[in-house]
Amino acid sequence: MSTAVSVDAPHKVEVRSAARFLFIAAIVVLCIWVLLPIYLLFVNALSSPQEVSGFPKTGLPSFDFGSVRFFLSFAGVLQALGNSVLVAVLTMVLSIGIGAPAGYALSRFDFPGKESFRMLVVMTRAFPLPLLALPLAVLFIRTGLDDTAFGLAIVHTVLALPFAVLITFSLFSGIPIELEEAAWTLGCNRWQAFRKVVLPLVMPGIAASAVFAFTISWNEVFAAAVLTIQNRTLPAFLVQSLNVSPLHLKFAGGAALVIPALIFIFAVRRYLFAMWGIANR
Amino acid sequence: MAEIVIKKVAKSFGGFHALHSIDLTIADQEFMVLLGASGCGKTTLLRIIAGLETPSQGEVWIGGRRVDGLPPRERGIAMVFQNYAVFPHLTVFENIAFGLRMKKLPRQEIERRVTRTAELMHIEQLLKRYSGQLSGGQRQRVAVARALAMEPDVILMDEPLSNLDALLRLEMRAELKGVLAASKTTTIYVTHDQVEAMSLADRISVMNAGKIVQAARPVEVYRNPAARFVGSFIGNPPMNFIPAKRAGDGKWQVAGVALDGPQASRDRLEFAIRPEDVTVGAEGIPATVRVVEPLGVHTLLTCEVEGALFRAVVESDLAVTPGDTLRLAPKPDRVRWFDPESGMAV
Repeated sequence: MSTAVSVDAPHKVEVRSAARFLFIAAIVVLCIWVLLPIYLLFVNALSSPQEVSGFPKTGLPSFDFGSVRFFLSFAGVLQALGNSVLVAVLTMVLSIGIGAPAGYALSRFDFPGKESFRMLVVMTRAFPLPLLALPLAVLFIRTGLDDTAFGLAIVHTVLALPFAVLITFSLFSGIPIELEEAAWTLGCNRWQAFRKVVLPLVMPGIAASAVFAFTISWNEVFAAAVLTIQNRTLPAFLVQSLNVSPLHLKFAGGAALVIPALIFIFAVRRYLFAMWGIANR
Repeated sequence: MAEIVIKKVAKSFGGFHALHSIDLTIADQEFMVLLGASGCGKTTLLRIIAGLETPSQGEVWIGGRRVDGLPPRERGIAMVFQNYAVFPHLTVFENIAFGLRMKKLPRQEIERRVTRTAELMHIEQLLKRYSGQLSGGQRQRVAVARALAMEPDVILMDEPLSNLDALLRLEMRAELKGVLAASKTTTIYVTHDQVEAMSLADRISVMNAGKIVQAARPVEVYRNPAARFVGSFIGNPPMNFIPAKRAGDGKWQVAGVALDGPQASRDRLEFAIRPEDVTVGAEGIPATVRVVEPLGVHTLLTCEVEGALFRAVVESDLAVTPGDTLRLAPKPDRVRWFDPESGMAV
């Protein structure tokens, strides 16, 4: 019997170490996939124009802020930045205002069609925006919503809403119903129990999901480019003007877009992981 | 005064009938335990009384007021949950004060009541802590203190001790009994632990499959089970059952022995006896000993009678080894008979 074991054991170890190698290799590939472009973006944004277009590359930033400074003083950049923030804040407010009640309903009530509703919420993401863009633009022009921050925020809300619903659904599901029930027996009505018990507990997660909605709007370029002309958001503005700009300015613009999004996502990463962990039940 | 009257309460979830037409009256200041295996409907009944669940049919009256249309906050109840439900974002003080603040009591009164109940539950040194900094037993105390501070007419407890370890459970059990007796509230207490039920209750309602099988004092439930289920559920080890055949003359044939039995119209009955109610002697039911477990106070024998298990509790100085055949004589006044078809006592 010992021979069988001794023959088997090294083989098993081999298989396991091969699997482990594959696993680690996949992680490394994924990390490079994400980190390399970001790294190159930073290096080039923080280098002087000569270094950006010159050879050989050092691979290290020279911390030359000329390109960034020039980019920020570029006509229209600051206004586009302001528009971006305005649209993103509106999107944040709208998607939490609509998404959180839906998430609460999904986690606390049984209603007919609950599962299909959850599915449908995700499905909205499967509908391609380019298909919608033209009819939307026509509709917006008719209703006077075209080229306004609010009009664009509505479209961005549609994009952010599925995430807002799913994140808040998992947040509320993480709060034991007994806490609410205890509050009811202690003299609260439904709304009071929600405000005094549930809301303080989910607030950090709600904030995270709001930041996520903000980021989605911040990064969105297609609808912004189609639906705004004068009041462009930063991504739409960059698409329009960086096309014809020198390379170092493109890098500076790219960095200006990526940094806020990166910081925000990093700040709320814990809640985004929690969302997939719980929402998959 | 808070007498609780439950009239024909039924509850079904979809096609599943969790409760079948429950009728139960709980007297003012009584300690009523709902006892049953999981899924028997005891928690559903408690939640219907609390107002957390709506009955499909029937009425609930608390203190002479019909409450089944009222939300929990208007029923004059307080509830202790199985997982404590201590609010994690509030200190212990604020947890206990939560209901009092909802009632808009004056500040001094809130402080007085929180301090008093905290002392009662021995948690006065924890008032500034958060629930995350407490052990399970301490959380349980906070949950009970929070309920007591409301000075409710009725306290409802849903398996409050089941998440505690054994030693702590024993300690809390004795403490709860003292505190609740002193508070003069009516208490309904749900548990699946028969020892807890026996030790706490003024009356036990034994539930099975959505029905109350027997509601009586603990000793009565133990001595005179109204149904076979009660005898087999309560007692550790539970009651022994042996099929019996009519032998004429008021005698019944039990495992080859003729015993005095009831006048019944049936030809077959079930003979039942508690393990501690048999004596080892020269005559009685023949039993082959399979396992001997000396427990100190007494010895537990697992025997075989006509191919079925039969447990007996005997004196610890009885010399017996597996394989022996004993004669176990049932104490005549302790023998019970059940109808094998309906399962009810005869």
